[in-house]
Amino acid sequence: MIELYVLLIFMIIGAIIAIEMKDILSSVIAVGAVGLGLSIALLILKAPDVAITQLVVEILCLIILIRATLKKDLPFSTTGRWLLNTLITVGFIVVFLFVAIKAFKDLPEFGYPIMRIANTYLKEGLVRTGASNIVASVILDFRAYDTLGEATVLFTAVIGVLAIIRRIGRKKKDEVVEEDDE
Amino acid sequence: MIIYLLCLILFCCGLYCILRKRNIIKIILGIIIAEYAVNLFFILVAYRMEGRSPILSSDVEIVNMVDPLPQALVLTAIVIGLATTALMVALAMRIYEKYKTFDITKIKELRG
Amino acid sequence: MSKEHDKGMSLIVKVITRLTVGLILLFGIYIILHGHVSPGGGFAGGVIIALSFVHLMLAYGKDVALKKFPKTAMSFFESMGAILFLSIALLGFTGGYFFLNFISKGEPFRLFSAGTIPLSNIAISLKVGAGLFAIFVVLVLLKFEWEKKE
Repeated sequence: MIELYVLLIFMIIGAIIAIEMKDILSSVIAVGAVGLGLSIALLILKAPDVAITQLVVEILCLIILIRATLKKDLPFSTTGRWLLNTLITVGFIVVFLFVAIKAFKDLPEFGYPIMRIANTYLKEGLVRTGASNIVASVILDFRAYDTLGEATVLFTAVIGVLAIIRRIGRKKKDEVVEEDDE
Repeated sequence: MIIYLLCLILFCCGLYCILRKRNIIKIILGIIIAEYAVNLFFILVAYRMEGRSPILSSDVEIVNMVDPLPQALVLTAIVIGLATTALMVALAMRIYEKYKTFDITKIKELRG
Repeated sequence: MSKEHDKGMSLIVKVITRLTVGLILLFGIYIILHGHVSPGGGFAGGVIIALSFVHLMLAYGKDVALKKFPKTAMSFFESMGAILFLSIALLGFTGGYFFLNFISKGEPFRLFSAGTIPLSNIAISLKVGAGLFAIFVVLVLLKFEWEKKE
């Protein structure tokens, strides 16, 4: 399992680089590197479905980010009461970490999960649905309601983006503002 | 437990970026990093030692497989994360058009 | 040669795009149709199909890509995907309850098996692919308007 630790440390270093860079294009590329490391880590954890989906979704996310915000990198400075703000933020994160580590004691050890319902899915998946891919049979037959909900969320997001970008112009007296149709 | 701790540190990096940065695009990048950390945490919980991926094959009898249930949940969560990111970027572009800046300390007028 | 430099990218990118766009589309259709025997499924395949059209638009400019996949077709495919998925779910009522897998499950490990799962994959992929390409087109068109005004 040593490669999993190496990948996680690579992702943390990539995230720190993405946060501290002043140029926005370099930050977006660093987030892309974090996503690629995540995709390889998902392959090591024996989840090929999720790895394929994560890879292509991350490529589309990078394209949208770069294409929509190109050439607008602004330098930003930390002025004002920055010392107090940084101390409060670090203090909050330390408290959060402390509480989370106490909560981790209840998790089962890494590598030995409790699989009460999943054992039923694994044993009867092939017989009851006829699909060889058990994850596909889980998302489309045993738990199809969640897929219906996710299709609705995607539809709502597309409608939301179109509603934000569409501009309904107001006709002034002398000029005509052209409408940006959907 | 160390591996859960590393995943949590990745989430805290994203959280720091959301809280402390002034540029809207940097805040969006922080939300993306936090999302990656949460998805990774789900798959880490589902791993089984010496397990195989949950796909049956016709010639080999596979005995122990990893947990397929969190993988189904994460598959949905990844695509919803993409939709959320697209919505945030659209909002950021509209904000830039109105205020001509991406700085959140200068966007403080409440207008009707 | 200067007319081709107006929109899109340089000549090398256009030649390579002409060769690879069809292969990417074919790969996406393969991942959708084999969603029940090998990893993949509707979501990954839908995103790959959207990526192939995005590739076409980035290399050739938006006019060529919008001629291949016009806006009315985008909204038609997305709504049709959602309606198809809902109708497969409602038809499960004929067998007993909502979302019942009512088509006969053939033998495992073949392409025509697993009941309604391949049909659901196709419906989901239509919806996801058309929706994500529509998001990208709208964001690029707004940016185009910015650059024209500045």
